[in-house]
Amino acid sequence: MKIVVTVKQVPDPNSTLTLEADNTLSREKEVVLDPGDECGVEEGLQLKEAHGGEVILVSMGPERAKDAIRKGLSMGADRGVLITDPQLAGADALLTARALAAAIRAEAPDLVICGTESYDGSTGMVPPMLAELLGMPQVSFAKKVEVDGSNVKVHRQTADGYQVVEAPMPALITVTAGIAEPRYASLKGIMAARSKEIKQIGLGDLGIEKGEPAETIEGLADAETRKAGSVIEDDGTAVDRIIQVLVEAKVV
Amino acid sequence: MAKVWVYAELNQGTLTPAALELMAKARELGDVDAIALGAGAKAAAATLGKHGAKVVHVNEDAAFDDFIAEPATDALASLHKEQPADVILFGFTPDSRDVAGRFAARLEVGLISNAGDVAAKDGGFVAKVPYFGGAKLASMKANKKPAIVLVRPKSFEAKEVGGTAEVKDLKVTINAASKRAHVTERVVEASEKVKLEEARVVISGGRGMGGPDNFPLLEDLATALGGAVGASRAVVDAGWVPYSMQVGQTGKSVRPGVYIAVGISGAMQHTVGMKASKVIIAINKDAEAPIMKMADLGVVGDALKIVPALTAAVKAKKK
Repeated sequence: MKIVVTVKQVPDPNSTLTLEADNTLSREKEVVLDPGDECGVEEGLQLKEAHGGEVILVSMGPERAKDAIRKGLSMGADRGVLITDPQLAGADALLTARALAAAIRAEAPDLVICGTESYDGSTGMVPPMLAELLGMPQVSFAKKVEVDGSNVKVHRQTADGYQVVEAPMPALITVTAGIAEPRYASLKGIMAARSKEIKQIGLGDLGIEKGEPAETIEGLADAETRKAGSVIEDDGTAVDRIIQVLVEAKVV
Repeated sequence: MAKVWVYAELNQGTLTPAALELMAKARELGDVDAIALGAGAKAAAATLGKHGAKVVHVNEDAAFDDFIAEPATDALASLHKEQPADVILFGFTPDSRDVAGRFAARLEVGLISNAGDVAAKDGGFVAKVPYFGGAKLASMKANKKPAIVLVRPKSFEAKEVGGTAEVKDLKVTINAASKRAHVTERVVEASEKVKLEEARVVISGGRGMGGPDNFPLLEDLATALGGAVGASRAVVDAGWVPYSMQVGQTGKSVRPGVYIAVGISGAMQHTVGMKASKVIIAINKDAEAPIMKMADLGVVGDALKIVPALTAAVKAKKK
């Protein structure tokens, strides 16, 4: 089975974000493999272990995004593809999906695994766009995945439980972070990753014209913030203060 | 008048609350056509009319309920070919996201996700989107037509305005090629006592709760207050509690009278789902946690001690 996992390098969720002059998120700070994508890589590896095949990591970003791919390779993925092109800086979801689709189509995978949404953008729009462009069925919010012959069977999280969804492969799934605990890369894995292939390609290689951006940021304002109230140390009176607030709010 | 569409999502025969919230904004933007697909579409049309839809396009083919995203995308694309829209609103819900993404890619128009508001401007449309960890609000302009905007639930208040919609059959044939991701079973887990989205008081726990074993402390407080228990993405991701309890961007949006955040730092992922709460109380060990800067009352202390004491005090007060 050929599995493609999309991976993205994002600012470390535990670090402070900064903005570039053109209002795009700075990726100059500490960057990591998106924690959601780590779960995607883990799920891909588990499926490969159960069914055999190959796990290919596909990413889009600046050259340093190779580090994110390398991380996934050290976990056990087989090889990587990095789409990198100055024209892609600040790409919107549609352009991102078009570029990823072109690179993934060339691999002709049975299964594409994406995170449900990235930690930095959090819009979750690339996966359904990608599924449409690849002509694949999609199952989002997967919390359990089984492959049975040419079908993938997914437990898809819903607001009050889950759905059982079956789809013929090739298919695209998005996984929730709870699906699988990402493994730590072993020393052996880290050593092996150094010699694994990361193919670097540009928009021209994919035959894609950038086109006009689908949307542009016209302005940026400070978000409306709630006024900070009072912050107190719990010196034994905290419970009384909370009760007072609850009484004022008429809930007790 | 701008041609406005609302994708009125149905969930097993019932109109989702998000659909009526979208109607409240849509009717400000122009003449509204709502699209209702699947079981219950015709019944929903009457409600959508009362909320200001001029026309409701309906189709009750079972494929819309049984197969994910593709049949709905086909229906929207077919309708759009005949009578293009200027702006299309979707709720930022898991099911609508799937449909909106596919539809936008098919039309090659892009979309604006996670919006809190949308307005007409210079013949086009601009949406407000949280940016930069939620500290900023970006005005995002759609450069292509139609503008497709996904709006966070609870951004607008649903309100009946009276009226009757013209109901039109949306004629589309759903081919076998689009019947792929098949929902074969629906499983309901642990029914909530008080629904999170409707609770007057929500008590949410995060990493600071120390572990899943301590969540019953929050349940006890919720029971005493007649409220519901929520959670941050971090603890849901860690498997402590089910996803149905998640409050935040990926989870549920709530705006209760009182929101008590226990051991939650206050990342944007979480706060976008609860910052509209009337009163926010935060209990956290870290006085510098972002949640403290938005809480009406921030208590720096040990949640595992404060919460049980609070529960006891609430019970005593009730007597």
